[in-house]
Order: sequence, then C-alpha cells, then structure tokens
Amino acid sequence: MDLFSFTDEFLIDLGLTLLKIGFILAVTVGFFAPVLTWVERKQSAIMQDRIGANRADIMGFTALGLFHIIADALKMFAKEDFIPQGANRLLHTLSPIIALVPALLTFAVVPFGGKYELWGHQVNLVISDLDVGLLFVFAIASLATYGYVVAGWSSNNNWSLLGSMRTASQMISYEVTMGLTIIGVLMVYGTMQLDEIGAAQENFWRWGIFLQPVGFLMFLTASIAENKRIPFDNPEAESELVAGYFTEYSGLKFGMFFMAEFIEMVTIGAIVTILFFGGWHIPFIETQDIIDTFNFSWLGPSIANLITMGIQVGVFFAKVCFFIFIQMTIRWTLPRFRYDQIMKLGWKILLPLSLVNIVVTGIVIMLLK
Amino acid sequence: MLEQYLGVAILMAISCAIAIGMVTATTLLGPKRSFPDKDEPFECGESQIVSPYQRFSVKFYLVAVLFILFDIEAVFLFPWAVLYQRLGWFGLIEMIVFLLILGVGLMYVWVRGGLDWE
Amino acid sequence: MSDLSENLHSDYMTLNMGPSHPATHGTVKFLLTLDGETVIDMVVDIGYLHRGFEKMCESVTWTNVFPYTDRLNYCSAIMNNIGYAEAVEKLLGIETTERCKYIRVVVNELSRISDHYTNIAAAALELGALTAFIYFVETREIVWDLLEMVCGARLTSNYIRVGGLMCDIPDNFNEELEARYPKLDSLYDDVDKLLTKNRIFLDRMRDTGVLSTESMLSYGFTGPCLRASGIDYDVRKAHPYLVYDKLDWDVPIGTVGDNFDRYLVRMEEIKQSFKMIKQAMKDMPDGPINVDNPYMRQPSKQDVYSRMEEMIAHFKITIEGLKPPVGEVYMPTEAANGELGFYLVSDGGGKPYKCRVRPPCFSMTAAMEEICKGSMLADIIPTFDMINMIGGESDR
Repeated sequence: MDLFSFTDEFLIDLGLTLLKIGFILAVTVGFFAPVLTWVERKQSAIMQDRIGANRADIMGFTALGLFHIIADALKMFAKEDFIPQGANRLLHTLSPIIALVPALLTFAVVPFGGKYELWGHQVNLVISDLDVGLLFVFAIASLATYGYVVAGWSSNNNWSLLGSMRTASQMISYEVTMGLTIIGVLMVYGTMQLDEIGAAQENFWRWGIFLQPVGFLMFLTASIAENKRIPFDNPEAESELVAGYFTEYSGLKFGMFFMAEFIEMVTIGAIVTILFFGGWHIPFIETQDIIDTFNFSWLGPSIANLITMGIQVGVFFAKVCFFIFIQMTIRWTLPRFRYDQIMKLGWKILLPLSLVNIVVTGIVIMLLK
Repeated sequence: MLEQYLGVAILMAISCAIAIGMVTATTLLGPKRSFPDKDEPFECGESQIVSPYQRFSVKFYLVAVLFILFDIEAVFLFPWAVLYQRLGWFGLIEMIVFLLILGVGLMYVWVRGGLDWE
Repeated sequence: MSDLSENLHSDYMTLNMGPSHPATHGTVKFLLTLDGETVIDMVVDIGYLHRGFEKMCESVTWTNVFPYTDRLNYCSAIMNNIGYAEAVEKLLGIETTERCKYIRVVVNELSRISDHYTNIAAAALELGALTAFIYFVETREIVWDLLEMVCGARLTSNYIRVGGLMCDIPDNFNEELEARYPKLDSLYDDVDKLLTKNRIFLDRMRDTGVLSTESMLSYGFTGPCLRASGIDYDVRKAHPYLVYDKLDWDVPIGTVGDNFDRYLVRMEEIKQSFKMIKQAMKDMPDGPINVDNPYMRQPSKQDVYSRMEEMIAHFKITIEGLKPPVGEVYMPTEAANGELGFYLVSDGGGKPYKCRVRPPCFSMTAAMEEICKGSMLADIIPTFDMINMIGGESDR
C-alpha cells in the first residue's frame, strides 16, 4: 500500500505542517510556558499589593522582572538532579517526559485560526485536522496522568505516593465529567472536529457560551481540576503533602512538571475558546467581511486572506490569554478543596448535572427543529 | 487517512526530543554531590517508617474502577452526540434510556456509599 | 464502602508529618497512621523548640527576664511582657499608675490584633488562599509600625518593665493610629469578603476540629478556641486586670466550636480590640508612667546621675535585682490565644526561684490527637491553624 504519495501537493502540505508545528511550539514552549511563570508572579503581586518579581536585573535594568525567566531557566539547568535512594531511577527520570509530551501533543488538533485561501492553496490553521478531534485531546491529555502517578510512585516517598494517589483519582474522576460536559457541545454542532466547531461559531449568537452555558461552566471547572490548579491542587497541596507527587524532583525535571501545567493552561484556554467563545471569530464580524475590507485591487485576495489570518490568529490568542487570566485570578483568589470535597463535586454534582445537561440539550434541539 | 496523522507524528517526535533533551541536559549539567543522609527520601526530616511500596488503601482503587465504568459509557455517547441531529427523536429516546441505566448505576454506587470517603 | 475494604487487605501508612513540614510551623511532629486519607492514629510530638526558658529565668534578675518572655509567643511579644510584669507586680504588691495601665491596654490589644492577623493569615495560606494571607500580613505590618513607634522594636519589643514601661508613647500616637484605621479596616473587609462567605473556605472549616465541651474543659482549653464553643470565659472579664473593667467591650462567643467558629471569634476579637484601643486612647489620663519607687522601677538616667539615692537604687536593681517578698503568685492574663499564666516563686532574692509559664497553646496542642483521629489528613491543617500552636510558647 502506498501510504504517502510524494507529490508537490504533499510536499507543500508537509512544509505547511512543519511551519504550523514550529509556530505552535514557539508559542507554547517558547512564549507561553516561560512568560506565564512571570505572569503568574506579576499578576499575583498586583492582586496582593506587592511589587512582585523585580529582583533579577541585567546591569540594573529589570524589565518589569522579565529577566526572572532567564534566571529561572539558568537555575533549573544548573541544579543538581536528585533521585532519592530506593527510587526507581528509570521511572523517576521518565515521568516528567510522560507528563510534558502529552501537554504539547494536544495542540496537534487545536486550530488557532480558520481556513484561508492563499495563492491557490487551502491553508487550514491546525496541525492535524483529525476527524476524532476532541476525542484525541482527551485521549492524549489523559496520558499525562501516567506521568504524575508514576512520578509519585517511583520516588520512594510516602508524601509523593499520597500525592500521586490523589492525582490519579482526581484526574480520572474529572475526566469522566469533562467528557460528559462536552457531549452537549458535540450535539449542538454535530462534529468532533475542533476546526468545524470553531467555524460554526461565526455568528455571535451561535457561540457555545449561549448554546451551552451550563456546559461551559462545568467544562471550565472540570478542566481546571484536570490541570490540578487551586482550588483543585490537592495532588501538590504544599501544606498537606509537602509538594505532593513532585516532592523528590529538582532542577529541570521539576520545571518540566510546571511547564506541563502552564502549557495545559494554554490548552484549556484554547479549547474553551474554540468550544464556547467563538474560536478565532470577532463578535458580529464575519470572516468574509474582514477579507473584503482588505481586498483592495492592488493587494489581491491572497494578501487580504493573509491579513485576515493574522487578525484572526491574534483574536484567538487574545481570547486564550483572557482565559489564562481567568484561571490565574481563580488560583489567586480561592482556597483549596479537601480531597473528599473534590470527589463529591466531581461525582455527585458535576456528573449528574452533565447527564441532565445532555438530556435537556437533546430535548431542546428536538423541539427547536 | 494516515496522512492526517503525519502532523501528530512529527509533533510527537519533536516534543519527545524536547522533553528528552531537557532531562538529559539537567542530568548532565547539574552538580552531583551525594551522601547517605541527603539521598534519603524526604519525610519531614525523619527517617521513613514504612516503605511506600506496600498495599495501599483500597479506596483509591475504587475510584479507578468507577472511572473505567463511566468513562467507557461516556465514550459511547461521543458518536451518538455527533450524529444526534440526524438520528432525531428515536436517537433521543434511545439515549435517554441509556442515560437512565447509567444514572441507575450511579445511584447504586452512590447509595452503596462508593462515592463517600468515610 | 466499609464492607468492601474489610475483605481486601491493605496496609496502613505510618508517616512523619513534621518536624520539617510546611504545615507544622513552630516545629512540631505528628506521627500519623493513615488509611488512605483518613487519620487512624496520631501522636503529637512537641519539644523541638525547647530552650529551657523556665530554667534560664532562674539565673537572671527579675527584670532581666523580660527579653526572654518576648520569645514565648513571638507573634504578640508585648502580651508576654505584660503577663510577666503583672505577675511580678502582684508578687511585689505594687500598683502601676493609671496612665501606665491604659498604655498597657493599648499595646496589649495591638499585639492581640497582630496575633489574630497572623493566625488567620496563616490559616488562609495553608488552605491555599495566598491573597488573604498577604492582605493580613500587610495589616500586621501596619500594626507593627505602630508598635515600632511606641517601643522601637517590631517583633521582640521588650517594652514593659516592672512597675511601668520602658518609655511613654509618642505624643502624636493617637493621630498616627487614626490615620491608619481606614487602611486597616479596608484590608480587614477584603479578607472578610475573601474568606468568611467563601464556600470553599466554609467547607474546609465547618464541622472540622470539633471537640466536645467537656473534653475541651478537661484539656484546659482557653481563649478563642474555648469561646468558639459557647463558653463565655475571658480572663479580662472573669478576673479583670489593668483597666479592662472600665472599658466597654463584648466577648464574642461561638456556638458549635468548630474551626469556622474559632475563625469567626478571632475576626470579631480584632474588631473588639480596636474598639478598646479607641476608648483607651480617649480615656487615657496624663501623668507618670512609672511607679514612684526607685527600688521597684529603674530610675531615669538623669536621676541616676544627679541624685545619690537613685544612684544606689539603680546599682542595687541592676546588680542584685529587685527583691520581692518570699512567696508565690499565679497571675493569669488573657493572651491572644488563651490564658497566659505566670507562676512565680520568690525566695526573697534578686532572681526568681521558679518561673513557670502556663502557655495557652500547650494544653490545646495535646488535644490535637483526639480532635484529628478519624478525620481526614487535610483536616489537620485548619485544626492545627486554629489551635494556633506557637512553638516558642508551647516548648518554652
């Protein structure tokens, strides 16, 4: 069987795919992951009346504390890589990789813009336009659970073990809820492909937030729980479990868990934006309007498309940033739940509610038909 | 068909490379100074009393079993949800029956106390 | 659930929580036996901060004990100063001047406020609400600024002396106080909004750390933790000292005695303390701050250098120490965390024969085992915070 046909078309596609991968990695690993460590510190500082990260300087120049990113990176590289006695060295080393790779991989199906016609070539701003779309996100994201569980288990530390047990039960509990909350969205848009869901929200009143308001709240809750941030940060609750599953991690291996967390924040922001907040669309402005606006005679349709693409990618990431801001604000406002309260919220409140949401959505769709 | 997954494969290769590179870098770059007291796993400044490699409380595993039950049922809902608008009333009623069975299962676990920690 | 786990063999996990654990501030160790997340057994192990305070006191003069008392409850050092000073004065049988009493009430209540701020802030921090923590640390800084104006020190103030004070409060102290009330009130309201009606905070605090009233009394609970369970016992009302009987204030009491009530009592006590400070500043008379007896109170430098009698008194107090009559005395005071008692024995010499402290948190820490058995691991955190064990005071 001829799996790939190396035609010109294929090579262009490959080149575009590589470009998109490069863009996504630059945005997540290169921009969001490091900058969010700074944003987290700076935003908390502003919320708490502090001056915040401003110590690291180069020749007395602090750039609002942005040099902390460099300082952090240098420190993490230079730190001793510590593996405790009796720990499983292989799994201890492997688990940050298992945690980080899925976080990056979910971006493969996350579109960051629509489809654009550039010089006779269709450009779809998603790395892989899989028909299973959303299912792929859940499948890959749940792989990260292994990373955290194995990290705690392999450390030969009782606190880590407790943390990893909490991680396991919390993450899998909320995976059920998360899966069920988006069923409503799938019913409304009739597809699992994220770029089609995004495209279906060109009309402002067709945004997911209006069609699935309960689903939105439940999904946001479940995804923050899935990402183990306050108020759901039980697996690493520092006052209870020292540092939870990464108690025995140091240096960049520890940093990788953090990186995974920050990248997952971006993923959550992106998926919430696509499912519920109109993806890359600007309210009340249709894509064709933007293209027409820039479609002067001397520019040509391709350039107009390119400009539109730039604008919409910008809009998309602006929305993502907004949701990251929301997540950070929640993190710096609320205390954390107790373990059994998290379980109760997941199983006894969100799960039945999401089942009801499915039935209600179904009935409403049928009645409106 | 498989071409769809080419991007995924490339991204996976690159992410693995990044992750492995990071681990390798931190393993090679950092200093290595170890002595017996430092190598002990951290237990708040005391020596470990029990090893973590023992039979752990069964309650955590119960959650895992429940997860498998409910997540598989959730997976059944995905294809149904995508085709829902084409299935019409028939699909709705069928799925309500399915959800009822799921709900009864949930109620059973709930009443048996499988969702309570204490 | 129980019938399920009975048939499946699983082991309990025994682990050390502390001494070096983020939640065991003040250095204490809990030896926990866990079944999953449930605490089956717990042993509290204190003594990591033992410095031999009581023995140290026996080797210095009565007046030199003050710096040591600062280190008992370091969140409210002045309260320990006052407790000790009141005890020594009771032993000596002297009465301090009216102005001194009012100033002592003001600094005492300021320390109580700073202690409650610290306590609630720490509780919020350990439940994950870092913002509330920072807000109350900011208010505490403001209170410490005020205390710094009074005595020049922030943490270990060493301000009170036998028979008086180190110095008078600054002339503009009332204005400085007034100027800071708005900021303190607004931050207090912020924390109140962030915590009191926060559902998560409520869930964590409600119905946790409950102990029956009889058990509380037999353990020797005092202070906010006892009052939270509805028992109206406050040393300031029950055995008034200083001028607490002349001020108009209420003792907040709770109903159930869970952690949330303990938190509410502390929050209300902050308000009541401000009320007292305002009254005391208004009613404060002019006059001397020290008793007029050079053999009880160190005379001023000017007198020492110009008058013979004062010179001799200074020499005798410094070298020999003041000499209380033979006898013993117990003086309870209401510290931020409960009854702080000093039991002093004098053999007529210049040094204490015995100085025993009854720290409020010592007896309450003992009850941790009974409170936490059967609860969840995470419940230890709010309970321990509300018990407010201070290592320096408990271990002495």
